[in-house]
Amino acid sequence: MQPKLLTGNAAAAWGARLARVDYVPAFPITPQTEIIETLGRWIEGGQMPGRMVTLESEHSMITAAGAAAATGVRVFTATSSQGLLYGMEMIYTVAGWRAPFVLINVSRGLASPITLEPDHNDVLAARDSGFLQIHCATCQEVLDSVIMAYRIAEDPRVRLPIIVNLDGFYLSFTREPVEIPEPKSVADFLPAYDPESTRFRASSPNSQAVAVLGGAPYSYFRYESHLASLNALDVHAEVAGAFAQQFGRHYEAVEAYRCEDAEIVFLMIGSFATKAKAAVDRLRDAGEPVGLVRPRLLRPLPAKELAQILAGKQAVAVIDQNISVGMGGMLHAELASALYGKANAPPILTSFIGGLGGRDISPEEFYEIAAITRKAAQSGVIPPARLLYTQEEYREVQKLQAIAHAERHEMGAE
Amino acid sequence: MAKTLIRRMKDLPSTHLFGSGTPMCAGCGGLESLHQIYEILGPRTVFVNAAGCMTLLAIYPFTPFRGSWLYTAMASAPAGAQGIRDALDILLAQQRIGADEDLNVVVLTGDGSANGMGLSATSAAMERGLDFLYICYDNEGYGNTGQQFSAATPHGARTATSTGPHGFGGNKKDLFSIWAAHKPAYVATAIGAEPVDLARKVETAKQLKGPRLIITLAPCPPGWDFDPRDAADIGKLAVKTGIWPLKEYIDGKVVHSKIPHPRLPVEEYLKTQGRFNHLFQPQRDEALLAEIQDSVDRYWDGIAV
Ligand SMILES: Cc1ncc(C[n+]2csc(CCOP(=O)(O)OP(=O)(O)O)c2C)c(N)n1
Ligand code: SF4
Ligand SMILES: [Mg+2]
Repeated sequence: MQPKLLTGNAAAAWGARLARVDYVPAFPITPQTEIIETLGRWIEGGQMPGRMVTLESEHSMITAAGAAAATGVRVFTATSSQGLLYGMEMIYTVAGWRAPFVLINVSRGLASPITLEPDHNDVLAARDSGFLQIHCATCQEVLDSVIMAYRIAEDPRVRLPIIVNLDGFYLSFTREPVEIPEPKSVADFLPAYDPESTRFRASSPNSQAVAVLGGAPYSYFRYESHLASLNALDVHAEVAGAFAQQFGRHYEAVEAYRCEDAEIVFLMIGSFATKAKAAVDRLRDAGEPVGLVRPRLLRPLPAKELAQILAGKQAVAVIDQNISVGMGGMLHAELASALYGKANAPPILTSFIGGLGGRDISPEEFYEIAAITRKAAQSGVIPPARLLYTQEEYREVQKLQAIAHAERHEMGAE
Repeated sequence: MAKTLIRRMKDLPSTHLFGSGTPMCAGCGGLESLHQIYEILGPRTVFVNAAGCMTLLAIYPFTPFRGSWLYTAMASAPAGAQGIRDALDILLAQQRIGADEDLNVVVLTGDGSANGMGLSATSAAMERGLDFLYICYDNEGYGNTGQQFSAATPHGARTATSTGPHGFGGNKKDLFSIWAAHKPAYVATAIGAEPVDLARKVETAKQLKGPRLIITLAPCPPGWDFDPRDAADIGKLAVKTGIWPLKEYIDGKVVHSKIPHPRLPVEEYLKTQGRFNHLFQPQRDEALLAEIQDSVDRYWDGIAV
């Protein structure tokens, strides 16, 4: 089949269309809006069945998504950044309803300061909610992941909603060649949703999301969600296998690139991993045994796979496109907890914060990260976490500050 | 135009659909009205609830309802109703379910949610023409959290967050008119202490399509500070003094279903409740009493009877 040039947003919309979604509650936000505009156009033009409703907020949108899923239809929705946070109460709430649906998050940094450009603080704020999370690096992966996501989320062993994440701008608005699967083969791969008892019908009354009294039932249901999420590790492997058979593209929970004989490994998620791959190739050309690990599945965290892949490595450089203010990079902490005490765990983890608010990461920076990490491996001394930031950028900001001061002065302020 | 069959007490259903043994307080006016409403709505309903006292009706593994229930959050019950209604419509259109499996979607929230946090979701549901019934039990405060004042608290009432000598300084928000301004299918005020009036309104609402609201004033013994056995009398006084007008908005017009005549002085109602004690003790607050009476009088003066 001839690949088509599609943006990440269009790929996400194609995923929803091919998954034959019944219901799309929506609300606009940059850089996600193109997804719902595309779906809206298709539904209005009769190219796809389904119903789209624009709610008045993401809080309501996620409520409606969860409620429709709890009534037994296949639901798709999408948001970004402030929208995800505005709906955060419901992200946690609907996850507990155990009604599966797919939510695309197009990553974008969070206010303040307000920005349109991407990093991962938005989606990572939903990390502990009960939603599963798949992080994509290419437009093809976006389309494929949406289709896979329904099969994983709807699996009776899982029954949790799922976020498929793509980076704003770098994927959302970037055209890449994407193979659009045949609807017939998607239908073979992804049967109609069977909600079983998760539904509202006149003949079978049902109370969902009821209150509990006391810690015993609360702990029980919360932990049940946790166990269901962990089930998604096996389910993902099965679904990825079936997907590869049907479509010839294989997705591991953790992508390992040139890792077998690597001594130093980069670890990162999302589209910037593509840049890391290119850096790995250049470093390899220069004789450096470097690899890349990209967790695709972040919830559940494939801790075992990570430990296996990283066993025996000298050091891991974790590149976080997020910042837990007052702590540092979240993936760094996640990886440390996944590796701690494991046989042959790499003794050195270095931490780099980069790509905040859309800031690029240059090839030279990857080389520098590798060099610092190699040095740490040799000396056994772990350097403090670092923000990727150049002198040039610092001078730019100083210039802006100087202008701000001058303007203030001009206005007569002190 | 909807037809109602209920004319007097004898006509009221007495199937006792609603189960007993809920943890609501004795004398809860909200529960009293819900009982009566449920008799008429019947079990082919799904209640979509927001955070409030009634959230504790369904506590795992019990429910007093014969039909279905979904708890959402404080702000978005109407959006939950949207999701369920849309999903049922999709299932019907795709013939995945028959009409016999359809449900009436009913939002159930308190006044705090209805007037405040949930108002944006409510307004949007109306603007989309959502086919749903909204039941707001109005205990005039954030009851579940200990009766702090809400946007529905009446002027002068003492609440946990208006404890000064003049009680709550604000005025009760006019949710009826806010709804009516959206031109929905139906809006009504009612009260459990007037069962025939309430039943007729539920009957009417049940037959209509589109956004519908019934606000029931819900005398609340702990929140309003009175003895539970006085709940029904206080409810009747709310109507007789004219402080709680019983009315309907239907076919674009507002009609009063019960006009208190003669109207009792409003203090007959106020003095039954500890939350207004400071109007009478240690001495009468004539200015505030007059102010409250005046606002009731002005309301009725403005009604073309
Ligand atoms: C987002 C959010 N904020 C606050 C609360 C705490 N809370 C629970 S019930 C409630 C009061 C609700 O008042 P109302 O809607 O009048 O219902 P009532 O409690 O009086 O029955 C509040 C403030 C909550 N559950 N959710
Ligand atoms: S606090 Fe008031 S509204 Fe809440 S259950 Fe008790 S009586 Fe009913
Ligand atoms: Mg209340």
